[in-house]
Amino acid sequence: MKKNIYLDHAATTPLDQTVLKSMQPYFSEKFANPGSLHYPGMEVKEAIEQAREEVAKILNVKAEEIIFTSGGTESANLALKGVALQKKKGHIITSEIEHPAVLDTCAYLESLGFKVTYLRVGKEGIISVEDVKKAITKETILISIMYANNEIGTIQPIKDIGTLAKKNNILFHTDACQAAGVLDKNINVDLITLNGGKIYGPKGIGILYKNKNIQLTPLIHGGGQELNLRSGTENVPGIIGFAKALELVSKDKENERLIKLRDYFIEKVLKEIPRSFLNGHKSNRLPNNINISFLDIEGESILLHLNEKGIYVSTGSACSSHKLEISHVLDAIGLKHDAAHGSIRFTLGKSTTKPDLDYVIKELKEVVGSLRKLSPIHLKNEDIRK
Amino acid sequence: MSEEKYEVKGYSEKGWLYTDKVKEHFFNPKNIFKTDQELEEFKKHADGYGTVGSPACGDVMEMFIKVKDNIITACKWRTFGCASAIASTSILSEMAIGKTIEEAKKITPQDIVKELGGLPPRKIHCSVLGDQALRKAIEDYESKN
Repeated sequence: MKKNIYLDHAATTPLDQTVLKSMQPYFSEKFANPGSLHYPGMEVKEAIEQAREEVAKILNVKAEEIIFTSGGTESANLALKGVALQKKKGHIITSEIEHPAVLDTCAYLESLGFKVTYLRVGKEGIISVEDVKKAITKETILISIMYANNEIGTIQPIKDIGTLAKKNNILFHTDACQAAGVLDKNINVDLITLNGGKIYGPKGIGILYKNKNIQLTPLIHGGGQELNLRSGTENVPGIIGFAKALELVSKDKENERLIKLRDYFIEKVLKEIPRSFLNGHKSNRLPNNINISFLDIEGESILLHLNEKGIYVSTGSACSSHKLEISHVLDAIGLKHDAAHGSIRFTLGKSTTKPDLDYVIKELKEVVGSLRKLSPIHLKNEDIRK
Repeated sequence: MSEEKYEVKGYSEKGWLYTDKVKEHFFNPKNIFKTDQELEEFKKHADGYGTVGSPACGDVMEMFIKVKDNIITACKWRTFGCASAIASTSILSEMAIGKTIEEAKKITPQDIVKELGGLPPRKIHCSVLGDQALRKAIEDYESKN
């Protein structure tokens, strides 16, 4: 039987069966518009408000601080543009390794006249709190730093950045899409982005946590749903599913298991496949993230060979991206293009087992070996890092 | 370049971005060196050698040819790059063998793409470079003879 080893959980996770069950009544049975004043509408309204309460409880915040959106990208857009349009002018601090949802929004805000500082990161992909401190000016209105990086898994010093932001009276947003499982609830943060499709919940749903004391300008105008911050009839099954998924993620004990599997895989691959190295920090990384560069070969080729063997991964190679550019994250951590082309991201999940990983390592050795036999290049140390 | 003509629109039914011909050459590349000894041996007796591309750009191709009576009798290669780069060099090696020097020089990227049954348009510029490596190998041969 063909293997089916999905190692792309950072792209998206499968929908949990319990989550699916929780959503099912809200498609055709409890279909009413939560804005309707009749009994069926009221019943649905009550269900989404209960979901909001649950989400708030898990995040240790108030229900009126949770805004349901269409996903991580919308939440990040609402956080950044919402603050910027409210303040009308000012300076924003972010990092070079943010998700495009933040980076491209910042570029757009720059086109409107806002100033943006893109902090550089060290070779392990960690943002220095000292750099954030130095970047603060009198005009700074917002700091937006991701909780953990989606490509190399590095977890950022969010707690310290939050303290710094608060001390300076600057709003702080964190994109925590990859980090729901490792979220520290005792942090000073004004805005948090989360989404359903990364936590075994449905796609097309996310939240923005917004501190009740701050004002945002909405992006979507209309019927005034979600405290007038996100108009449009609510994605009811999505909201119910998101709350259930977040509840399950906050309760599960996966981290410990995943960290063991992650470290086992990294150690074995680096030992058994010469001319390979880990991207990101060795331990200060998401429990499920592995990102390894294999020298002298190209990522799309590796990915497609693994694909044929029933192993599903992703790559930071330029050849696989729509823009034909290498990953901006690998570029930011100082990898030269030569070496970045051969990077593969393996992101583990609930279904991942040790025998699966042993199979992956075995096949990976073969694939890397055969592609290297075809390759005319042999990178030197100076071709690897800038 | 008339890229549109050979454009692969979307994915094939199996969900693949590439044609069956690309897959065949990517998974079972032709005219490759099976061992290091084979590479060294072929290198020693090759009549022409050419290389093109750079590791930073993500594609490097090299071609070795043997020529007899103005006809390419053997053509071997190595490629660093994505699936379309590997497949296009592989199919080019097949196209080159049996051709006269003059014919082989005329092979264009479009000919390679056509032979592969098409490539995604964005892949053509960067991954179909083999014809340049072949031409360099032929020039190398000509300069020696």
